[in-house]
Amino acid sequence: MLRDNYEVVIGLEVHAELSTKTKIFCSCPTEFGGEPNTHCCPICMALPGTLPVLNEKVVEYAVKAGLAMNCEIEKNSKNDRKNYFYPDLPKAYQISQYDRPLCKCGKITIDDGLGEQKVIRITRIHIEEDAGKLNHDDFGGGSLVDLNRAGVPLIEIVSEPDIRSSKEAENYLRKVKSILEYIEVSDCKMQEGSLRADVNVSVRKKGDTKLGTRTEMKNMNSFHSIVRGIEYEIDRQIDVLEAGGKVEQETLRWDDVSGRTFSMRDKEDAQDYRYFPDPDLVAIHLSDEYIENVKKTLPELPESRKVRYLDEYKLTEREAKLLTASKYLSDLFEQTVSKCGNPKAVCNWILSDISRILNEEEKEPNEIPFNSDELSELITLIDKGTISSAIAKKVLEELFKDPKAPSKIIEEKGWVQISDEGAIKEIVLEILANNPQSIQDYKGGKDRALGFLVGQAMKQSKGKANPQMLNKMFIEEMNKM
Amino acid sequence: MEIYELTVHELLEKLDKKEITKKQILDSYASRISEKEKDVQAFITITDDNLEEKLNNVSSNPSKFAGLPIGIKDNICTKGVKTTCASKMLENFVSPYDATVMEKINAEGLISLGKLNMDEFAMGGSTEHSYFKKTRNPWNLNKVPGGSSGGSAAAVASGMVPWALGSDTGGSIREPASFCGIVGLKPTYGLVSRYGLVAFASSLDQIGTLTKDVEDTAILLNIIAGHDSKDTTSINHEKEDYTLALKDDVKGLKIGVPIEYFGEGIDKEVREAINKVIEKYKELGATVEECSLNVAEYALATYYIIACAEASSNLGRFDGIRYGYRSKNYENLKDIYKNSRSEGFGSEVKRRIILGTYVLSSGYYDAYYKKAQQVRTLVKKEFAKNFEKYDVILAPTAPNVAFDIGSKIDNPLQMYLSDICTVPVNIAGLPGINVPCGLNNEGMPIGFQLIGKPFDESTIIRAAYTYEKNTNFRKNKPEFKK
Amino acid sequence: MQVSREELLHIANLADLKLKDEEIDTYLTHLEEILNYANIVNSAPIEGLEETIGMNDNENVFRKDEVVPSYKREELLQNAPEEQSGMFKIPKVMN
Repeated sequence: MLRDNYEVVIGLEVHAELSTKTKIFCSCPTEFGGEPNTHCCPICMALPGTLPVLNEKVVEYAVKAGLAMNCEIEKNSKNDRKNYFYPDLPKAYQISQYDRPLCKCGKITIDDGLGEQKVIRITRIHIEEDAGKLNHDDFGGGSLVDLNRAGVPLIEIVSEPDIRSSKEAENYLRKVKSILEYIEVSDCKMQEGSLRADVNVSVRKKGDTKLGTRTEMKNMNSFHSIVRGIEYEIDRQIDVLEAGGKVEQETLRWDDVSGRTFSMRDKEDAQDYRYFPDPDLVAIHLSDEYIENVKKTLPELPESRKVRYLDEYKLTEREAKLLTASKYLSDLFEQTVSKCGNPKAVCNWILSDISRILNEEEKEPNEIPFNSDELSELITLIDKGTISSAIAKKVLEELFKDPKAPSKIIEEKGWVQISDEGAIKEIVLEILANNPQSIQDYKGGKDRALGFLVGQAMKQSKGKANPQMLNKMFIEEMNKM
Repeated sequence: MEIYELTVHELLEKLDKKEITKKQILDSYASRISEKEKDVQAFITITDDNLEEKLNNVSSNPSKFAGLPIGIKDNICTKGVKTTCASKMLENFVSPYDATVMEKINAEGLISLGKLNMDEFAMGGSTEHSYFKKTRNPWNLNKVPGGSSGGSAAAVASGMVPWALGSDTGGSIREPASFCGIVGLKPTYGLVSRYGLVAFASSLDQIGTLTKDVEDTAILLNIIAGHDSKDTTSINHEKEDYTLALKDDVKGLKIGVPIEYFGEGIDKEVREAINKVIEKYKELGATVEECSLNVAEYALATYYIIACAEASSNLGRFDGIRYGYRSKNYENLKDIYKNSRSEGFGSEVKRRIILGTYVLSSGYYDAYYKKAQQVRTLVKKEFAKNFEKYDVILAPTAPNVAFDIGSKIDNPLQMYLSDICTVPVNIAGLPGINVPCGLNNEGMPIGFQLIGKPFDESTIIRAAYTYEKNTNFRKNKPEFKK
Repeated sequence: MQVSREELLHIANLADLKLKDEEIDTYLTHLEEILNYANIVNSAPIEGLEETIGMNDNENVFRKDEVVPSYKREELLQNAPEEQSGMFKIPKVMN
């Protein structure tokens, strides 16, 4: 295969919105949504005469992220202006950081997808402000500027080009996301754009030491499209090279619908951002004591949580790893267990049925619409025999559609397990009457016949009959015969 | 004396003695405006309407200043009243918020009589670069009032307001004060909040005062100085009372006079006037010595690099999208940007944006901007060295007196070079005050400048006050020569 | 310091300014003159001097992460050249 002759080199610039209450340079709320231009003030609208004041939480969160990703913290940092014109950038410059980012030289460990652990180096993490949003007006033929997002704080996490496959890229981003969720500096909602990545891809002939020309796919906001986009770019670049052409260094837009990249050729000439220190903001000097204090606020990270799960909940290595990969799942697990016990069952529900539904619906764990109250009630209902696991699965589906108390769902749907002996007996007798052959088979020693009969009874009762009672009663009745 | 000729502290005394009323004061200024504004052209927006109602509105304000008038440079944001920066770009702009200094002015119950003319976005030294009008020097209407706070200086000198706020980025308060024969103070960078001052060059801009005498300077500085959490460059010092510095005493004060400020470029009559100032200070008991401040030229070059670089970025927000001028002539977004900016900005503003963009652009940053920031460190060090020996530094405010309107407009470099005396003070972030020290043989005012240590406004105020008390130059009155 | 016409036009483009033909020569002359003068900074004795960043000793000036109610939208949009549905209207931007 052609691909075997090439090595893929990938680097990611991950933008994560910080979960502060207010914007980076003014006291407007960062809440998602809201009527256009209602989370704005003269500062984030860049009215003449206004000045920025840095939100202390932004510095703290960025340092926290840096420490969680094993970075060196820059004690002598500053903010710089990046100048360019675009209608979503009201000041015509973005306040960012140029040569003294808050964090640098970090590393994180990921799965390479082939069962090995791999270190990906982090070049830098810096703070900057998000831009506003352009809405398209389908009637008037224009665009409309909404600045609610302008000034929402971001950290940009830049990796070294250490990533070698789309799987590694995915795992890297998953790891970054997991860490940011653990330290609670970003809610990482990809569908709201609060976590997104610019992906740099290049290929080179195996053995070459010089990097190939890279292209950059901007603003990717799902794992799925990142993997597809990278795969597409690898193939495209190899095709170009194999045809004797040259890969052009350019910025691309990935289109999920057509499954291809498009060049973003709106820039008439090369960008020149004219970075310079922002004279409206003063220097950031971080003391050892400050950094130590932030370090103390770092919570338990995935690795140590995993070890604890093996010991405390007696989970398997695989279960503990899968659960702790996502802070949301892991928190859901712990909170549910604290309410209903039974860690094994809780783990199974999360890793099998809940994960399957998330997968089918292409959702992230933080989009689970219910919480540990519902999940623990559901498991308790099974444990008490109020519902069967078959019904429980249906309740779970309902919880994803319209979250409310499982007992309420069961009641509304009439899914309460039939545990009344008389009712069970009625069903059993009816099934037996209709299946004389199965009785023969059972008596002849074929245990499978019992399973068949229980299955029939479950079907007849629309899953509501208590399977243990059915089992018991079928045996009793047949033994009487 | 007419009411409009009095200083604010004189007005306060007369109010105290019930010799006049606040209504009379406001009326006196309003009638002075209707008499003189047609000749002087100091205002962009006049707000002397409904004065009685405005006076009523502040009647419960306990401040002794409540109801007294003031004028505001038109680059300071005033809620509900246009703030144009003398630019077509902001011809109809009304700020939805008040600058921090305006909050302080309003808290004292002062009544603004209007927004004063200036060079567009404060870029210039003659007020000829206003989109709206050319302000005239009250001493000779054919001459410039200086700039960029030319409207503020001319309005105070002609008695249309008793005092005014201006802004000083490279001399924009001190030079017009000198040309118009009044007192102008540029405070230390960080003493007065910049929040709501439309930025020209953020690391140099500072709001300051233009007054008839030094005592009023101290009073007005008391009102506007102070920490503001909205401006991170604002200093959190304990508030000082600058009127305590109003002492007629310079005995033992050590004054340094940099020889570099008396070279060829300085007008002969200006030099002679400054020499008399030196003699006066010696006579009053100060020690005056020659010193060296061999950085003026570097400072000027540095100033134009840094100020233009910052301006090129600060003025990016004027894009015709959220506010300000939008060209009628556009089909796409790029047209809106380019045409609005090209039609909305005047030629001097565009020249400085181009220069600033150039020095920040890739390949030139290191040669210009980075070097300039190092020179800035050098300039600060040179001043610091001198302040180890001297309490204040004395120099001319401008190399010459007010010049004829139109005489320099076509030669920007020549115009820039006349900022050589004022600019080093901004580069080092120091306080500087212009004090009138006589008239030349054409009857045009000459001023000198006292430069102080950072946040030592008190010492330059004391030195300026002592000089003023022992001379008669404030008694000179503009003649509105045509 | 020689500035070429192309360079001037490139710079004007970065600044989103359109220069009229008759302006270009004047701007070129002025830019060259001023840059020649500004070149003095390259002969200043600045060996080993740090760049000035920040005009005074202020550092670590931060804000608490507390919401202050936002402005009324009408006030913020009162100067808009063109407005629609509470937003600033501009010609269609392809993204």
